[in-house]
Amino acid sequence: MRKLFLIALKDLKLAFRDRAALTLMLLAPFALTIGMGLITGRFSGNTNTGLSDIPLVLVNEDGGSLGNALVEMMQSKDLESLLEPQVMTDLPAAYALVDEDKTAAVIYIPAGFSDSVIPASGQSTPEEPVQIELYLNPTRPNSVGVIKTILEQFMSQVEVGRIGGQVVVTQLLTSGAIDISQAEAVGRSMGEKQANEAGQSSSIKLNRVTNSGEEVKFDILAYLAPGMALMFLMFTVSYGGRSMLVEQAAGTLPRMLTSPTTTAQVLGGKVFGIFLTGAAQMLILIFGTTLLFRLDWGAPFAVFVLVLAAALGATGWGIFLTALLKTPGQASAIGSAVMLIFGILGGSFINVEMMPDWIQFISRITPNRWGLDGFTTLALGGGFANILTPIIGLLAMAAILFVISVVIFSRRGIGRL
Amino acid sequence: MPPILEVQNLVKNYGNFNAVKGISFDIKQGEIFSLLGPNGAGKTTTISMLSTLYTPTSGDAVICGHSVVKEPMAVKQCIGVVPQDLALYEDLTARENLNFWGQMYGLSGKTLSKRVDEVLEQIGLVDRAKQRVKTYSGGMKRRVNIGVGLLHRPQLLFMDEPTVGIDPQSRRAILDSVKELNRQGMTVLYTTHYMEEAQELSNRVGIIDHGELIALGTQAELTKSVGETDTLTLHISEEEDPETLAAEIRKVKGVVRADVTDHEVTIITPSAEELLAPVVTKSNELGIKIRSVDIREPNLEAVFLHLTGRALRD
Repeated sequence: MRKLFLIALKDLKLAFRDRAALTLMLLAPFALTIGMGLITGRFSGNTNTGLSDIPLVLVNEDGGSLGNALVEMMQSKDLESLLEPQVMTDLPAAYALVDEDKTAAVIYIPAGFSDSVIPASGQSTPEEPVQIELYLNPTRPNSVGVIKTILEQFMSQVEVGRIGGQVVVTQLLTSGAIDISQAEAVGRSMGEKQANEAGQSSSIKLNRVTNSGEEVKFDILAYLAPGMALMFLMFTVSYGGRSMLVEQAAGTLPRMLTSPTTTAQVLGGKVFGIFLTGAAQMLILIFGTTLLFRLDWGAPFAVFVLVLAAALGATGWGIFLTALLKTPGQASAIGSAVMLIFGILGGSFINVEMMPDWIQFISRITPNRWGLDGFTTLALGGGFANILTPIIGLLAMAAILFVISVVIFSRRGIGRL
Repeated sequence: MPPILEVQNLVKNYGNFNAVKGISFDIKQGEIFSLLGPNGAGKTTTISMLSTLYTPTSGDAVICGHSVVKEPMAVKQCIGVVPQDLALYEDLTARENLNFWGQMYGLSGKTLSKRVDEVLEQIGLVDRAKQRVKTYSGGMKRRVNIGVGLLHRPQLLFMDEPTVGIDPQSRRAILDSVKELNRQGMTVLYTTHYMEEAQELSNRVGIIDHGELIALGTQAELTKSVGETDTLTLHISEEEDPETLAAEIRKVKGVVRADVTDHEVTIITPSAEELLAPVVTKSNELGIKIRSVDIREPNLEAVFLHLTGRALRD
C-alpha cells in the first residue's frame, strides 16, 4: 500500500506543477463558470434557476385546512413562473401522467391529512399520521428536486407549528393559565393559525433552509459551477491517464517495474493518483466558488462524498481510455473530445431535461450526469439520503470500467506500449 | 564462487520475429561484462528480460541465486537498472527523484536521506540537487539516471548504453564512474555499440548480433580467435563505386576479406603495411581516388567484422 500511495502522491505533485494542466484544471472551470454566470445574469442579481414551468399535478382528497393551504401555496403567484400546477381528482390518471413523462410529479394529499395533524373537536390525534404522497418522475431529477424542496419546507413548517402548539398548550396547562377543558380549543386554534401561515404564499419561496435555519436562495451557479467542475474533471482524468502513457514512453513506468514493485501496485498507484488529482481539483473548485461567489453547495459531508464518487467514476473513464489508447498524443486528442462530449451529454452546458429522451438515456454513461444530479439535489437542500442514487451510479460506473481496464491491461501489459 | 548471473538459453519472440535467439552466458562476481553489438542486435531486449520487465518466451536466467521467471521480486532486490533512455521525472528536482526511486526500492527515513546525500555526492550534483531535472544538461541528467540505479546498493548493475547522445566530457565521466563502481566491488553488465567502451571497461565481452551471441570471451581471446590480422579501411569519395574497388582488391595477395560499407572498403589482412602499396596501385588503375586510409591492429571491431562482415555501427 505504501508504494501505491507513493506513486499517487508523486502524480499529484507532478499534476500541480504542470502550469498548462493547472490552467485547464482550475482556471478554465472558474472562467467558464463566471462567463456563464454573466450570461445568465447571476452577477446582476437575477436568481433564475434555469428551471421554469415545472409541470406538477395536485390531487387533494383532504379538503381540510392544511391540504387546501398546500394547494394554494403551489398555485401562488410567487411560484407562478416556476411551477405549472394542475389540480386533478383522479389519482390513477395523475400517476399515469408521470409514467408517460407528461409531468414531473404528483402530490397526493389523502383524506384526513389535516385532521391527523390538527384533530377536529372531540377527536384524538391518530397514532399514525396520514402522510402526503409524492409520486416522482425519475427522468426529471432537477424538477423533482425543486418540488421536493418546496414540499419539504411546507411540511417542515407544519411540523414546527404542531410541536410548538403542543409545547405551548402544555406550558399553559402547567402554569394554570388554562384548564384541561380549554386545552383542546387552544391547541386547535393554534394549529389552524399555523396552517394559514404555512399556506401563505409569501412565506414559501424557492428557498432552502440550512441546518442552522439560515435561508439561502437557490443559485444558478449551483448548477453551472458543478457542471463546469465535472466537465474539467474529465480533463483531469484524461490528463492522468495520459500521464501513464507518457511514463510508458519516457521509461519511468518500466523503471518502476524493474524495482521491487508489482504490476498491481504500479497500476493501483496510477489509478489512485488520477483519483486524488481529480478529487483535489473538485474540492479546490468547490472551496474557491464558495469563497469567491458565496456559493452554497449544500450539506458539506454529502458534497464531500459526492466529490469522491464523481472523481472515482471519472477515474474509471480515465483509466479505461488509457487502456484503449497507445500514445500520449492519442490520449490528448481523444481525452479532449470525450471531455466536451460528456460535458454536453451530461448537462454541463444545457439542462439534460431539455434534451430528447434518448440523449437523456445515453447521458447516464457520463459521470457528469450523475454528478450534476447529485450536486443539484444538494444545492436544493437535499441530504446524503437524496444522493444515494447518483453515488451508486458513479460507483457502479467506476467498478465496471476498472474491471474492463484491468482485463485490457493484463492482456497488453503496462510496462510497454 | 557461483556466477552472480547465469543466462540459460534465453529466447524472446514477438510473433514471428525472434528478437533474442537462445543466448547463454554467465557473469562472475566483480566483473564488468559488456554486451557489444549494433543497434537492434537484441541488447536491450536481453537486459529487459534479465531485469524482469519482459517475460522470456523460453529459457531462464538465475541472478543472485533467483530465477527471473519464478522469483522476479527477489531478482529485483538484487539488481540496479540504468536504462538507455532517461527515466526520470523532469518536473521533480534531482533530490525528489532520488527520494522517490529510493522509496520504490524500499528505502525510508534516515537510511534514504543518507543514501540520497551519498549518491548526490557521487554523481557530483549536490549543488544542483534542489533544481528541477528539466533545467539540467544532458550529461547531468545521465548522471541522475545512473544515480537512481545505485541508490539501494545493488549487487549487480545493468547499464544499457548509458553514454548514448552525450558530450565526450560526460561520457568520460560515466566511464570513469563505472570503473570506480567496479573497483568498489559492484558487478556490472554493460551494453554498448561502441567498441572503444567495451575495450576500455570489460573483463569479458559478449558480441551479440541479430539476437545471437556470436562470440564470448576476454578481449585477448576474441582478437586471437580471428587471427593476427590488421584492419585496413579505405575511404573513397561518394561519386566512386566501392564495390568495383573491393572486387579488385579481393584478388590481391594477402587479402583475407574485403567488405563494403557506405563509401568505405574494409580489408582484413595479416599485414596492413605490406598491403597498402598494392591496394593504392589498384585504385589508381581503376581511377578511384582514395581520400584517406585507416590502419587498425586487431580489436573488437575487427572481430565483429570478421564474424559478420559488417561494421559495428551498421
